[in-house]
Amino acid sequence: MLKLVASRLVQGLALVLAVVVLNFVLVHAAPGDPVETIAGASGGMDEKLQAELRAQYGLDRPLPVQLGIYLGKVARGDLGYSYFFNLPVSSLIGERVPATLALVLTSVLAAFLTGTTLGVLSSRRPNGALSQTINVLSLVGFSAPVFWLGMLLVILLASVFPVFPVSGMRNIASDGRGVADVIDVLYHLVLPAFTLGLVYLAQYSRLSRAAMLDVLGADYIRTARAKGLSERRVFYKHALRNAVLPVVTILGLQFGNVLAGAIVVETVFNWPGLGRLAYESVLRRDYPTILGVLLFSSVVVIVMNQLTDLCYRLIDPRIKTT
Amino acid sequence: MNLLNFSRRNALALALLAGLPAVHSLAATDTPTRGGTLVLGSTQALRHVNGAVQSGIATAVPSTQIFASPLRFDDKWNAQPYLAEKWSLAADGKSLTLNLRKGAVFHDGKPITSEDVAFSIMAIKANHPFTTMMGPVEKVETPDPYTAIIRMSAPHPAIVLAMSPALCPILPKHIYGDGTDLKVHPRNSTDVVGSGPFRLTEFKAGQRLVLERFDKFFLAGKPYLDKIIVNINPDSNSLLLGLERGEIQMIPYATNSTELKRVAANPALNLTNKGFDGIGAINWLAFNTAKKPLNDVNVRKAIAMTIDKKFISKALHGGFSQPADGPIVAGSPFAIPDLITYPLDLKKAAEMLDAAGYKAGADGERFKLTIDYLPGQDEQQKNVAEYIRAQLKKVGVMVDVRASADFPAWAKRMATHDFDLSMDVVFNWGDPIIGVHRTYLSTNIRPIVWTNTQSYNNPKVDELLNTAGGLLDPTKRKAYYATFQKIVTDELPIHFINNTPYHTASSKKVMNVPTTVWGPASPYDEVYLK
Repeated sequence: MLKLVASRLVQGLALVLAVVVLNFVLVHAAPGDPVETIAGASGGMDEKLQAELRAQYGLDRPLPVQLGIYLGKVARGDLGYSYFFNLPVSSLIGERVPATLALVLTSVLAAFLTGTTLGVLSSRRPNGALSQTINVLSLVGFSAPVFWLGMLLVILLASVFPVFPVSGMRNIASDGRGVADVIDVLYHLVLPAFTLGLVYLAQYSRLSRAAMLDVLGADYIRTARAKGLSERRVFYKHALRNAVLPVVTILGLQFGNVLAGAIVVETVFNWPGLGRLAYESVLRRDYPTILGVLLFSSVVVIVMNQLTDLCYRLIDPRIKTT
Repeated sequence: MNLLNFSRRNALALALLAGLPAVHSLAATDTPTRGGTLVLGSTQALRHVNGAVQSGIATAVPSTQIFASPLRFDDKWNAQPYLAEKWSLAADGKSLTLNLRKGAVFHDGKPITSEDVAFSIMAIKANHPFTTMMGPVEKVETPDPYTAIIRMSAPHPAIVLAMSPALCPILPKHIYGDGTDLKVHPRNSTDVVGSGPFRLTEFKAGQRLVLERFDKFFLAGKPYLDKIIVNINPDSNSLLLGLERGEIQMIPYATNSTELKRVAANPALNLTNKGFDGIGAINWLAFNTAKKPLNDVNVRKAIAMTIDKKFISKALHGGFSQPADGPIVAGSPFAIPDLITYPLDLKKAAEMLDAAGYKAGADGERFKLTIDYLPGQDEQQKNVAEYIRAQLKKVGVMVDVRASADFPAWAKRMATHDFDLSMDVVFNWGDPIIGVHRTYLSTNIRPIVWTNTQSYNNPKVDELLNTAGGLLDPTKRKAYYATFQKIVTDELPIHFINNTPYHTASSKKVMNVPTTVWGPASPYDEVYLK
């Protein structure tokens, strides 16, 4: 077990290193540099000041040297300072993590629970009316682009029928304290979480339906029924446990995708999370912030994948440490 | 009162063209009431709030609330006392004496003295992106705590305007004079100690700012508002929805015609196009005069003749913008009315291209060009570029519209002079020395965006600008700028298209919406809620 953990750790670190180097190269391949963006936000800037800023940020040094310095800092747990805001990247990320976590966890959890429930329900009568309805809805949810869905929901439920807020995470004038604030945040969370969750809900319901149908034809189900177990017990205890495995796999593997989807949803809803920070930092060529967010996300994805592995073992005791 | 009333807007334009001062029209009639929160919607994320080292409107809006400046300006370019009660520019134009108000304190309670003024002005000279603004300043003398004398190496008429809130925030020396490079000072956004009517109490990078009333502000009884919240959302449409729902009370710098129409039609909202003469934003078509065939002035003139500015203002900008004809924005005291213009004439344009040696080939094509545009402002930039492409095709010039993914990508092309034509928007920033000279001086042909990237070179223009920059007498100075404007509109390194139609949209509850020359980038100490 210890050997396994150690090897996983080494694998994970190698992966993180690869992610950092690759991102570093990609980010620097984009045209323009952060000092030009700052000059743009300033309405123009003198040559001397631009040179001073470049020297301050170390942008005047050769790229491999910059990479070396960055890797050295990351190894010491220092993500550096944002060029644009001149604030520590770690505190910028720290400010945004709760918002993204709330959005991603709510939507994934809701999608997983509702998706599996719908999938299982429709597998009971694969050709029934309920099943067909769920099928159609899944297809729509699966194929609709997230940003389009988001905007549509805003127009419908925030503008035409102003039931939900247009954007943001809190009431603008809120001071962000107390129970009222929690309710306020939850209220603002509904539309973005629904938008982000719908795509995954569709996938999970399709997947769990197919898995259930597959499992229900297996020999051990026939055995269980032959033993005289109640249909309910067969369905929810024997079949579901096996059918849910592929859904969990996808859930774990897709966590990275969900984070990517969050970028779009956060942009549409002005949700102050990591995704929006990453997107806006790209536009500003704020290298340390982009790299910091990407590094953080890759660590989260790796950790999530490990947790998925762990969940496997809980759901299916046959899966041993390999 | 509807400022969008067409006849009124024309009258205003005429008044401006005639060089007359604009009429102040948003005067309040009621007595101001204390209290309340003003929520301001902004599409731009700001780096920090220290306007001494960071220019641009995103920082200027909060910076002018947090920091006071020696002087402020009314809507007719007249200097008014602010932190300085009195001021005098020496006859030789080489020193400006500021007599500071007594009893003024910083947000931490320490007195504001001439030492702080001296520190701030030298900090601005060393760090502010606009180096010409304080360029000739040599030192600031402080004979006593309430007198600061700015000494300059040469007469510098722009120095008085440089004392504006947006350009000269007074910082506490005891906080910012600790030796840390001011451009990256940690207290530019956290634990900020200012001198203005509001204190910064929350700074959430790229999200929001909270400013609260400073009770010991040096103007007794002001400000009226208790709180200002700056809500940042890159999507202007969401901001407008917020304004319509009453969650936001004011959106400055709005330009989109669809949104402006919605505001104008809403009885609960006000709309004004006043308050933007100071920044003086001009939307223009830049020519790369170093490249063939654009090095030929007649080719540039022919291109100008294919563009109908009235169509652009009316059809593309929904009637909200006004055509611009020269390098100095019409609201500036240095603008002149009788500029050389290029009315739409496709036939003449074709003839001029023939005469210049660019006859159409068998396929009707003369030559190919590319046009770039500043991304993110489609209505002002991209749509005009598309229109120019269509117009030039009519005279056999094939134009390829090159999109840039984002600002840095476009800025890179400009900086490396890698363009034929480009739409652009450049600000005058009040005095021509700050925002106009930079585009035309041959000494400023640099690998940097918003310099003379057109590679325009005329020694006469250099001489005119350099002389005008040192003249104290406004009439004489204007005469030099008049000749400059004539030459530039004749030689056409740039074809001016329109004034960026900046507007402030606000709830009818907001009184004294700032409409001075610096408009929303000036202190909101007199703004109140009804």
